[in-house]
Amino acid sequence: MGLTAWARRAFHKTGSPRWFFAGSRPWMLGLYVAGIALIVVGSTLGLGFVPPERYQGDSFRILFVHVPAVHLAQTIYIAVAVAGLVYLVWRMKMADLVIAAAAPVGMALTAAGLATGVVWGIPTWGTGWVWDARIMSTLVLLLLFFGLLALRQAIARPERAAMAVSLLAVVGAVNLPIIKYSVEWFTTLHQPASISLTERPAIAPVFLVPLALNTLGYYCLAAGIVIAALRFKIIETESGTSWVADWLDRPRGGAKP
Amino acid sequence: MSEFLAMGGHGAYVWGAYGMSLAVLVAVGAWPLLAMRRRVRDLRRRRSVATDLLAAEADEGVKQG
Repeated sequence: MGLTAWARRAFHKTGSPRWFFAGSRPWMLGLYVAGIALIVVGSTLGLGFVPPERYQGDSFRILFVHVPAVHLAQTIYIAVAVAGLVYLVWRMKMADLVIAAAAPVGMALTAAGLATGVVWGIPTWGTGWVWDARIMSTLVLLLLFFGLLALRQAIARPERAAMAVSLLAVVGAVNLPIIKYSVEWFTTLHQPASISLTERPAIAPVFLVPLALNTLGYYCLAAGIVIAALRFKIIETESGTSWVADWLDRPRGGAKP
Repeated sequence: MSEFLAMGGHGAYVWGAYGMSLAVLVAVGAWPLLAMRRRVRDLRRRRSVATDLLAAEADEGVKQG
C-alpha cells in the first residue's frame, strides 16, 4: 500500500465516528492515568522539593500550574482552528465534533491560567490585573472558546452551526500570535517567555523538572479529556444509529469496547 | 510542616493557585465521564421502554389474532 493510499485510508478512518469510538477507550483511560500521575509528581516536586526562587520567593511555585494551563489552552486552540479548517474544506463531521469536545476543555484551562495569573500577580506585581496586551489577548482566548460554544448552541441546524463555528475557529486563530508576541511588542508587566525550543532556557535546570512534568501531565490529561468528550459527543449525535444500539445492548460486566 | 504551609508568607497565593487549578482540572475531567454515563443510562432506559412497547404490541397482536 502506497503512502498516499495509507494516508487517505487513515483520514477516512479518523473521520468515522464509529471507528474512533470503537478504539479510543483504552487511549482515554491511559491518558487520564498518565496525566494525573505526572501532575501529582510534578506538583509535589514543585511545591515541596525545589528551592524558592531568589527574587519571588515561594510564590514562583505558581509557575508550575500557570504555565502549563495557558500553554495547553493555546495548544487546544490550535487544534480547534485546524479542525475548523478541516471542516470548512472537507465538511468532515468529526472535525465539528472535535471543536465541540475541545472548546470546553480549552475554556477551562484558559480560566485556570488567568486565575492563577491573577493570584501570582498580587504578591509579585502588587496587582492581580492590569489591562495589558498579554492579559487582554488571553481574555480574548477565553471569550473565543466561549463564543464557539455559544454559537454552536445558538444555531439550530447542525450543518449551519458547524459552518459558523468552524469559520469563527479559523478566524480566531489570529489571536494566537498576538498572545505569543504580546510580551515582546508591547510594554507589559508580564515577563517574557523563559523557555523556547530554539534557545537555552532562561530558568535554572532544577525548576525545569517540575515544569516539564506538569506540562507533559497537562498535555496527557487534556488529551484524555478531549477524547472522553469526543466519545460523549459521538454517542449524542449518533444515538439513532444501529451501531450505537448494538453498543448499548452489548453484554456488560466483561470487557468494554 | 507549618513552614511548608506558610510558603515564606506567600502560602495563601501558592495554595490558592494550586487549589483553583485542582478544582478546574477535577471539574473539567469529570464532565465528559459523567455526561457520558448519564446519556448512556438515558438511552438504555429509552431502548428498554421501546422494546417493552414492541413486546406489548406483539402480545396484543397475538390476543387479537
